[in-house]
Amino acid sequence: MMRVIVTMVLAACIALPVHAELMIRITEGADNAIPVAVVPFGKADGFQPSENISQIVHEDLAMSGEFKPLATERMLSLPTNGDDVFYRDWRLLGQKYLLVGQVQPAGGDKVSARYELFDVNREKRIMGETASVASNNLRTLAHHISDKVYEAITGNKGVFSTRIAYVTLDMENGKRIYRLNVSDVDGKRASVRLKSSEPILSPAWSPDGKKLAYVSFETGRPAIYIQELANGKRTRIAQFPGLNSAPAWSPDGDSLLMTLSRDGNAEVYKMDVASRKLTRMTDHWAIDTEPDWSPDGDSFLFTSDRSGGPQIYMMDADGGDLRRLTFGSRYNARPRFSPDGEHIFYVHQRDSYFHIARMNIESGEETILTRTKLDESPSVAPNGRLLIYATQEGGKSVLAVISADGGSNYILPSRFGDVREPAWSPFLN
Amino acid sequence: MIRTYSKLFALLVAMGVMAGCSSTGGTQEEGAYGSDVSAVDQEGGSEVYGGEGSSGVSSQTMTDEERAAQAEQAAQQEQAAMRKITTFYFDFDTSEIKSESRDVLIAHAKYLAANPNRSVRLEGHADERGTKEYNLALGERRAKAVERFLVVNGASRDQIETISYGEEKPAVMGHDESAYAQNRRVELIYQ
Repeated sequence: MMRVIVTMVLAACIALPVHAELMIRITEGADNAIPVAVVPFGKADGFQPSENISQIVHEDLAMSGEFKPLATERMLSLPTNGDDVFYRDWRLLGQKYLLVGQVQPAGGDKVSARYELFDVNREKRIMGETASVASNNLRTLAHHISDKVYEAITGNKGVFSTRIAYVTLDMENGKRIYRLNVSDVDGKRASVRLKSSEPILSPAWSPDGKKLAYVSFETGRPAIYIQELANGKRTRIAQFPGLNSAPAWSPDGDSLLMTLSRDGNAEVYKMDVASRKLTRMTDHWAIDTEPDWSPDGDSFLFTSDRSGGPQIYMMDADGGDLRRLTFGSRYNARPRFSPDGEHIFYVHQRDSYFHIARMNIESGEETILTRTKLDESPSVAPNGRLLIYATQEGGKSVLAVISADGGSNYILPSRFGDVREPAWSPFLN
Repeated sequence: MIRTYSKLFALLVAMGVMAGCSSTGGTQEEGAYGSDVSAVDQEGGSEVYGGEGSSGVSSQTMTDEERAAQAEQAAQQEQAAMRKITTFYFDFDTSEIKSESRDVLIAHAKYLAANPNRSVRLEGHADERGTKEYNLALGERRAKAVERFLVVNGASRDQIETISYGEEKPAVMGHDESAYAQNRRVELIYQ
């Protein structure tokens, strides 16, 4: 009866670098993108930093879709501090904002950057700061500067210092190899956290950003694990008969919603992480799965085919007030709340294609956000401005990032095989 | 099943005809055989057939038990042939067992019922369209639909293990309906 299933799990890793690093291709920005000039930062004489910080800031701002950074070769001057700025030069080039700065060694193993942001029209310095990091961590410093610039101009927190988790699938010597990875939001600094010859699915960040819950088939059967990112320590928290899938953290991080079929068919359960106590949340002969907790913790979303095909429902966390939210087509699934709890993002079938759509919960107004087909696994950035999802390009699965109000921003293909199941981290501070 | 019976019928008819023809001809009255064979007999009975009718004679004495055993053997061969089919396909977003799968699944169910020490693993799969977690649940529902069908037809629940891989293990790579149709499936694997 019991068949020995040989599974290759090179165990959970604290961080294995490289292989799964993604490339980035920026596709387009918003029509009303804000013109900003990021002037190449000055460097102390003879200092050779390992990363080009101002170039990373330039790319971050372009990647957001909300900015249109000026190409360096069009700049009329290259100031590195406020005293050298001639506003007229930048007004001529139609720039609204200007970032200048300098990078220098800061003693020990540290590097610091002093940078200033100017409002060109008001001829005013609106932000300035000196920040330092370990010299092998310059991308962290660059993303920090991008976040500060983004927030100073838009009033919203930037997400350039957040991270994404995703799963890659490669064929190696005729075998399927799955890897769970974590990288920066531009696909850089990727590291492998789990490798297996059996499927890995549904990574979900804990609200403090320190743990990932996910589904792995490494024992031959699906089970839900929680893995601490700092040390690779992990715990198998659910391996009941049948399905163990779709983990979703509560906003306080104390419990997980998950899909189990231990009582016959797919139902949503709540598990208290400390005690492992289970509470059944749904009770229907249809499929109930893909839960997502509301940001205030008062309710949750899930997919159910109780109407005949998959549709999205919302229920109070105490099990009351069941409401069907989607009616627009025969297939609506895998919902995710926006961080403010006002919208949901989900997979929506139109004709024979699957797109990502957004709905205002209050009004029911539905907007289809993507032009790609076969889209799945939407995950919203913690500032609610961007959305990452998986789609197909050239027969391969790739990740794509779009503005949460539409417009394609960038694509993250894997150098080798497929990349799927993206999950955007919370703010990591 | 219909095919099994019709083969058996053809076999019995053939045996009956041979038995009749090989009996010692000539002395029998005309018309002793059915009209379809009498004309042959008029040509000279056993001479025509060379008299080597031993097989015919023996078949004439075949008992009901032997006949049943022969039928049973034919049926078993048929069932074994059917059991070579171990993949069952589904339409998009359904777990309904297709009519063409039923006879084969009944053959597997009978075999499991007759061999309580054998067991199967049912692996449910979905095509890549739609969402991964819903597809996991859909693959499970397909596997369970097959499990139920096997149990209703005589297998024991203890002989069956189900697992769903959702869209994770396609049988065929590709992004068109022909690939999708081959990927929406349950695979029955004897352990």
